[in-house]
Amino acid sequence: MSEETIASIQLPDPVQLIVSNSPHIRGGETISKIMVHVLVALAPAAAAAIWFFGFAALQVMVLCTVGCVAVEEIWNKCAGRKPTWKDGSAALTGLLLAMNLSAGAPWWICILGALLAIGLGKQIFGGLGFNPFNPALVARVALLIGFPQLMTSWVVPNPGNFAACDALTGATPLGASGEAVASLSNLFIGNVGGCLGETSALALLIGGFYLLIKKLIKWQVPAAFIGTVALISAVVHHFNPDLTQPALYHILAGGLLIGAFFMATDMVTSPMTANGALIFGFGCGLITSVIRIWGGYPEGVSFSILFMNALTPLIDRSTIGKPFGYIRIKKEKD
Amino acid sequence: MSPKTHKFKGGVHPDDSKRLSASKAVVDAPLLDKYTVIVHQNIGAPPEVVVEKGDEVKKGDLLAKAAGFVSVPLHAPTSGTVTAIDKCEGPTGIRVPSIEITADGEDTWGDCMTPIADWQQAEPADLKQRVSDAGVVGMGGAGFPAHVKLSPQKPINTLILNGAECEPYLTADHRLMLEQAEDVVLGAAILARILGLETAIIGVENNKPDAIAALEKVAGKYNVQVQGLPVNYPQGAEKQLIYALTGREVPIGGLPMDVGCVVQNVASAVAVADAVVKGRPLIERITTVTGEPLVNPGNWRFRLGTPVSKAIELAGGVKYQPAKLLLGGPMMGFAQSSLDVTVMKNTSGILLIPAEQVSLYTSEPCIRCGKCVQVCPMDILPATISQAVENERFDWAAQLNVLACIECGSCSYVCPSHRPLNQHFKRAKAEIMAARRKEQKK
Repeated sequence: MSEETIASIQLPDPVQLIVSNSPHIRGGETISKIMVHVLVALAPAAAAAIWFFGFAALQVMVLCTVGCVAVEEIWNKCAGRKPTWKDGSAALTGLLLAMNLSAGAPWWICILGALLAIGLGKQIFGGLGFNPFNPALVARVALLIGFPQLMTSWVVPNPGNFAACDALTGATPLGASGEAVASLSNLFIGNVGGCLGETSALALLIGGFYLLIKKLIKWQVPAAFIGTVALISAVVHHFNPDLTQPALYHILAGGLLIGAFFMATDMVTSPMTANGALIFGFGCGLITSVIRIWGGYPEGVSFSILFMNALTPLIDRSTIGKPFGYIRIKKEKD
Repeated sequence: MSPKTHKFKGGVHPDDSKRLSASKAVVDAPLLDKYTVIVHQNIGAPPEVVVEKGDEVKKGDLLAKAAGFVSVPLHAPTSGTVTAIDKCEGPTGIRVPSIEITADGEDTWGDCMTPIADWQQAEPADLKQRVSDAGVVGMGGAGFPAHVKLSPQKPINTLILNGAECEPYLTADHRLMLEQAEDVVLGAAILARILGLETAIIGVENNKPDAIAALEKVAGKYNVQVQGLPVNYPQGAEKQLIYALTGREVPIGGLPMDVGCVVQNVASAVAVADAVVKGRPLIERITTVTGEPLVNPGNWRFRLGTPVSKAIELAGGVKYQPAKLLLGGPMMGFAQSSLDVTVMKNTSGILLIPAEQVSLYTSEPCIRCGKCVQVCPMDILPATISQAVENERFDWAAQLNVLACIECGSCSYVCPSHRPLNQHFKRAKAEIMAARRKEQKK
């Protein structure tokens, strides 16, 4: 090496070196990326809602989403916290809330829902990560109890006709026990009255599949949830067809699919362990079936998920597995 | 070659970035004017310095002798004069005792240990003594004295050579296995003889097919097996490697010998072969100098005591200012604040990381996504333990088996909230061990 080349060699400036703990590289996953993926997964269901219920559905979605983000930012401002809208979780809660409302929901229901979801459901506990209950479901259940009439009046679907949206009906696919108010094919496509996100099974399955592929939800939750509902309704229907609908009807009608894929799988409020997720899904399915078949409400998905949310810390604690290398310790002690 | 390997639970797949240096053949670093050898390069007791300022030493002469069983001697990297016994920058940011040798440029060997050419007939105890005398340690990163592992108190039936090199960027072991396959296999055979075993098994991640082929070509000579392993970080972690090759689980808090295994790094095996067959102590090692900011990344054979600045110079210097300088790999290596720190027996890599990979994160609350639980190779609950640590509930962390953590960093790697999980566990372990020591004193 000649003198000149040595002189041109540049060494790093040690003063500028950052010293921190390992690991020094990161996988690049962020909270906002996760939230965007879930929003993408909800897109088919949102599109289906607009197709069947028109611009009214879009209005509900926009109001809820903007409302949730606004409530969160106002809360952050008052509490002297940094803005958090960029993490996308408030927007996701807003869209999920919209999915739980009827296209005919008046504007103030949407705003009140946003206030309940973000205020009562999330921020009061300390914000993202600390809420014990699914915020969108907290709002839905509070609204359902406070405004039962409004919350169970569905818009009659009018596929492709975006402007028309006035006919209200009280008939819900799960309302009348024993008699089907909608055909299975209409339930599958979404051509039935109901909440925005409850109607199209097809769109929800596409979104759910996306979440599974992206490994953003644990398969155990929807599998155990839907499986339990299917099993119980099949058995009950077999012995007493007058009491309830067959299993497939139970799966396609109501909020089971959106609940199983999008609500029960909420990371913050569901168990972290794989076995815990199975128990959680099973519990949701059991309570949903009991409410649907024997309970006072036609639909039990929201209640079941909220109830199981409350049990999540307990489930997590009781399903802690044995670490690698544990078995042998035990054997030696024996 | 047995086709059966066991897949350990969890693990992550970072971009291995080995392409920067994988094809660069090992080059002997040119002799320097001065070497600053750090005295304490092994786990266990620091060796006792036996030279004084002004002493003339030859290459391979003893600089410090082992102080106890879990300790190893240290030898001169070249011939010259001891010009200082002082302190220098250490790898953990603390100044540590060091011996400065000013080279005479002759690089002449001293009266070294006699080669044991007929090692196949030699007493295992003599061979083990030689490993100890040569100052061989675990060269994969831990720096644990090799002869201690070769003195198990439990029956051993499997000798494993760790050639997984699962850390991204590092290619030192890869090049070693490729270029010195025969030495690796020879070292394996010597280690097997010391342990009274017929065979040894070398585990190599499948992203190094040329190294596997090179080893297989010569493996038959000494009845050594070569086993390809799936690419999954931390495949080279001792407990995961043992499980992958044998299906045995090392108990928490236990050692490989508890399941009849001894694991040695491939570079350590070569050091053993050199010590036995050539009578040479461990005074140099292959280190990967790499990272995107470098002009010319590669692999060099450095004498102990070579400053990092000289290594970076050999790699052509930097194109732009790196954000971090690491000793070791990006998953478990140590960040440095000085270019004066020197190459040690366990310095597998000198890595410069560009700024775009070191965005400074603010840790956000855990959203309980469970990714850390999925990737944890020890099957503990990083998220929950981290919360216990944040609440200073170290008893709870201990109950959740934080002591089983191998600090591989997989959990921190995947965490979308950028939580300092690995740091939390290091702290918890330190607190728990300190509390236990206190308890024992009472």
